[in-house]
Amino acid sequence: MFGEIESLLTVLTFVPTLGALVIAVLRFTTRPENQDITDRNSRAVAFWTTIITFGISCLMLWEFDPSISGFQMIHEVTWLEQIGLGYRMGVDGISVLFVMLTTFLMPICILASGAIKNRVADYMIAFLLLETLMIGVFTALDLVLFYIFFEGGLIPMFIIIGVWGGQNRVYAAFKFFLYTLFGSVLMLVAMIFMFLEASTTNIITLLDHPFDIDVQNWLWLAFFASFAVKMPMWPVHTWLPDAHVQAPTAGSVILAGVLLKMGGYGFLRFSLPMFPNASDYFAPLVFALSIIAIIYTSLVAFRQTDIKKLIAYSSVAHMGFVTMGLFAMNETGVQGAIFQMISHGFISGALFLCVGVIYDRMHTREIAFYGGLVHRMPVYAAIFALFTMANVGLPGTSGFVGEIMTMVGAYQVSWWIATGAAAGVILSAMYMLTVYRNVVFGEMTNPKLETITDVDMKEAGMLGILAIATLVLGVSSTLVTDVTAASVDNLISNYQAALEAAAAQ
Amino acid sequence: MTADMLSQEISLLLPEILLAGGAMVLLMLGVFMEGERATRLVYTLSILALIGAALLALFGTGGEGTAFGGAFVFDPLAKFSKVAIALVAALTLTLALPYLDKEKLLKIEYPILAILAATGMGMMVSANDLISMYMGIELQSLALYVLAAFNRDSLRASEAGLKYFVLGALSSGLLLYGASLVYGFTGATGFEEIAQAVAAGPTVGLTFGLVFVICGLAFKVSAAPFHMWTPDVYEGAPTPVTAFFATAPKFAAIVLLARILVEPFGGMIDQWRDVVWMIAALSMGVGAFGALTQTNIKRLLAYSSISNMGYALVAIASGSQTGLWALLVFMSLYMVGVVGAFGAVLSMRTKEGMVENISDLAGLAQRNPGLGWSITALMFSIGGLPFMVGFFGKFFVIYSAVQADLIILSVLAVLFSVVSAAYYLRVVKVMWFDSSDIEFVPSAMSIYWVTRMAGLATVLLLPVLGWLVYRAFSVGLATF
Repeated sequence: MFGEIESLLTVLTFVPTLGALVIAVLRFTTRPENQDITDRNSRAVAFWTTIITFGISCLMLWEFDPSISGFQMIHEVTWLEQIGLGYRMGVDGISVLFVMLTTFLMPICILASGAIKNRVADYMIAFLLLETLMIGVFTALDLVLFYIFFEGGLIPMFIIIGVWGGQNRVYAAFKFFLYTLFGSVLMLVAMIFMFLEASTTNIITLLDHPFDIDVQNWLWLAFFASFAVKMPMWPVHTWLPDAHVQAPTAGSVILAGVLLKMGGYGFLRFSLPMFPNASDYFAPLVFALSIIAIIYTSLVAFRQTDIKKLIAYSSVAHMGFVTMGLFAMNETGVQGAIFQMISHGFISGALFLCVGVIYDRMHTREIAFYGGLVHRMPVYAAIFALFTMANVGLPGTSGFVGEIMTMVGAYQVSWWIATGAAAGVILSAMYMLTVYRNVVFGEMTNPKLETITDVDMKEAGMLGILAIATLVLGVSSTLVTDVTAASVDNLISNYQAALEAAAAQ
Repeated sequence: MTADMLSQEISLLLPEILLAGGAMVLLMLGVFMEGERATRLVYTLSILALIGAALLALFGTGGEGTAFGGAFVFDPLAKFSKVAIALVAALTLTLALPYLDKEKLLKIEYPILAILAATGMGMMVSANDLISMYMGIELQSLALYVLAAFNRDSLRASEAGLKYFVLGALSSGLLLYGASLVYGFTGATGFEEIAQAVAAGPTVGLTFGLVFVICGLAFKVSAAPFHMWTPDVYEGAPTPVTAFFATAPKFAAIVLLARILVEPFGGMIDQWRDVVWMIAALSMGVGAFGALTQTNIKRLLAYSSISNMGYALVAIASGSQTGLWALLVFMSLYMVGVVGAFGAVLSMRTKEGMVENISDLAGLAQRNPGLGWSITALMFSIGGLPFMVGFFGKFFVIYSAVQADLIILSVLAVLFSVVSAAYYLRVVKVMWFDSSDIEFVPSAMSIYWVTRMAGLATVLLLPVLGWLVYRAFSVGLATF
C-alpha cells in the first residue's frame, strides 16, 4: 500500500541524519549549565529516531516482494548526469536483510549507551550519522554512492572509538581508520576503471556488464583488498581486536554486528556477480584464507585474557565461515553465508553486550578477575550461556544453521575445506566454554565481586530481544532464506552462465 | 585598427583594467585621506573591486576572443579562473582585516598589493604569449614578495620574504631561460605559433626549453622538488598572507601550467607527460610524508598544499579534456577547504596572542563545538575523504588519470592519500580526543562566518556539485 512512495529508501536512509540534526540544534541552543537536560533529550531523540527508522524499515520489508530477483523500490535522482553519476537507491533479497539488521541493532546500541556520561549529544550525533551511512551502504545502487557511504562510515566510528573508547583508544582509532582506508582506496581506482569501461556507475547495469577476463583479476584483487580488510580476513584482521577492545560497548556491537558485514555484502554485490571468472580463479585462495582464519584465530582466541579480545577473534573465525560459504558459490553455501552474517550480527552483538554488562559494573574485562558470577548473577549467567552456546553453534540457535549451511556448501566443493571448518567448530566450543566456565562458574574467589548485581530490566530486555531473535532464527531458518532465495538463485545462475561462457571460448 | 576593434579588445580586459585602475585610485585615496578610517575604506573598496572584477569577468566582457595581437586571450578557461581567483582573493582579504587590525599591521598597502597580485593572476590565466605570461607572473610575484615580508618588524616574516624573493627570482630565471629557448627554436612567442611549430615536429632544444618552463612554474605552484620554500614562507609570513598564498596564486599558476602544456605544447605530450608524472608523484609523496611530523599548523597546511598540488598535477598529466575540467573542479573545491582552514588558523587567538601549534587545538570540539565541527569537516574535505566535497575533487582527478591510462600514478595517488589522511586525522584527534584549558578569544565576525560557512559548504555543496562540474565541463569542451 505504500508502494507509491518511491523515495521510501531515501527516507529510511536519511531519517537518522534528521535526528542527528535535531540533536545538534538542541546541543547548540541549550545553555552549558543545562548540560544534563541536553544529555537526556539527546538520548531520547536518538532512541526514538532509531525506533522510527526501524519502523520504516519494517514497512520496507512489508513492501518487499521476495519473489522478484532484481532490485525493488528503486529511487533515482539525476546528479552529475554529464558524466554519468547518479543518486540511485534500491534493495534486493540480498541487501534487504542487512538493512533490517542495522535498524534492529541501532535502538539496542542507543539503550546500551547508558554508561556514556560525557559529551552525550556528540555521541548520539555520531551514532545517528553512522546509521545513515550504514543503511546507505546496503541501499546504494551507484558505485560512487556506495563508496561514499562505505568510507564515510569510518569518520563517525573513528570519533566513537577515539572519544569514548578505553585506555589505548587513540592507537586503536587510527589503526582502524588507516587500515580500512588503505584497503578501500584501491577499490576506488578499480571502481573508476569500471566506470570508464562501462561508462556508467549504475550497479544494475554493471551487474550485466561482461568485464574482460584479463582485467577481471585485477579488479577482483582491488575489491578484495577492501572487503578482506573490512571482513576481516586473515592476515589483515589485526585492526579488529584493537578496535573492539577499545571501542565502547555500543561501538563494539555495531562494529561486529554491521560494519563487518559490509565486507561480505561487498563480495555478494560486486566481486561474485561482476567478476565471476576471477572469483572462480581466486576461490582456492579465499578457501585457504578462510580455513586459516577459522583455525588460527580460534587458537588465538583460546589464549586471550581479555574477554572482548576473545570475542573479537571469534568474530574473525566466524567470518571465515562466511567467506568460505560465499565462494563455494552454490545455493546452500551462499544462503548459509548470508544467514551466518545475520546470525553473527545478533550473537556477537549480544556477547559484546554481555561483556558490557560486567564491564559497566567492574570496569575490567580481564577473564582472571571474574569467576563464580553464577552465584550473584543467575539471570546473567543464563543469558550468557545461551549466547555462548549460540556462538559455539549449538543446534536450535541461529549459529548452528549458519555454520552447517556454509559447511554443507563448502563440502560440495571439496571435502577438505569442510573438514577444516569443522575443526573450527570444535575449537570454538573449546574457547567459548572455557571462558564461560572461568567467568561464570567456580568459586567466587575475588572479594570485589561480592557486591555485583544481576542484570537490570533494561539490560535483560535488550539481551532478551536478541535471545529471541537468535532462537527464532535457529528454529525457523526459512525466515531468512525465503527472502534471499530468489536473488541468490539469480546470482548463482548468472555466475554459472558466465563460467560456462568462458569455458566455451 | 578601428575604434570598434579597440573597444572590443579593451572590453576583454575589463576585469584587469578595473583592478589595475582601482589599485591606483585606492593608493591615491589612502595616501591623501590618511587616518584609520581611510584605511578601512580602502579595504572595503578593495574587496568590492575584486568582487566587481569577478562580476565583470562573468558578465561584462562581451564575449570571448584575443586582444593585442593574440597576446591576451579571454576564453572559458580564463573566465572560470578569473572568477575563482577574484572571489578567493576577496575572501582572504576579508579574513585579513581583523588580524591586521589586532597585530597593528593595518596599512593601506596590504589590500593594494593584493589587488595588484590579483591583476597579475588575471594576466597569467589569460596569457597567450610567452611575454604576456612572464609579465603576469612577475606582476603577481613582486606583489607577493612584498606581502610575505609585510610584517617588517618580525624577523621571521622578513626571512620568509627574502627567502621567497631569492628562490622566486631563481625560478623566474629558469622560466625566462626556458622561454628564450622556446623562442629560439620556434621563432615565435605567441602560443598559436608555438603550437604550429610543435606540430611540425618537436626538437631537442624545444623539449629542453619546455622542461625549464615547467620547472619555473612548478616552483610557483610549490610542487616537489621545488617545494623547499613553502613550509618556511607559510610559517614565517603573517597568517592572512599565507592564506592568500595558499589560494589564488596557486590557482593562477596551475591554470597557467595547464594552458601552456595543453595549448602550445599539446603536441609534445609524450615529452612532458613523464616530467609532470614525476613532479606529481614526488609532490604527493613529499606532501604526505613531510606533514606527518609537523607540529605547527601552518607548516602542516604548507605540506598539505604541496601534496594537493601533486593531485592537481595528476590531472594535468592526463593531458585530456577530462583532466582539465577535473583540475578546475578539484582546485575550486580545494580552495573552499583552504580558505576555511586558514579562517580556522586565524581563529586560534588566545588572550596572549596568536597560537599556531596543532596541540593548541586540544579539546576544541568540546569548548567551541562550532569551530571544532567546522575544522573537522574542512580537514576531511582537504584530505579528500568521502562525504565531503573534497572527495569529489580527488575522485575526478583520479578519474581523469585512469582514463588516460595512468594506472600506476593513480594507484600512487590513492596510496599517498591514505598517508596524508593520517595527519588530517591527527588534527581531528587533537580536537576531539585530547583536552586542555587553552581558551580562544571569540574571533571576529568575518573570520567566524568564513570558517563556519566553509565548514558547512563541504557538505552543503554536494547537491549543487553538478552545476560546478557542468561549468568546468564546458570549459574543458571549449579548450580542446
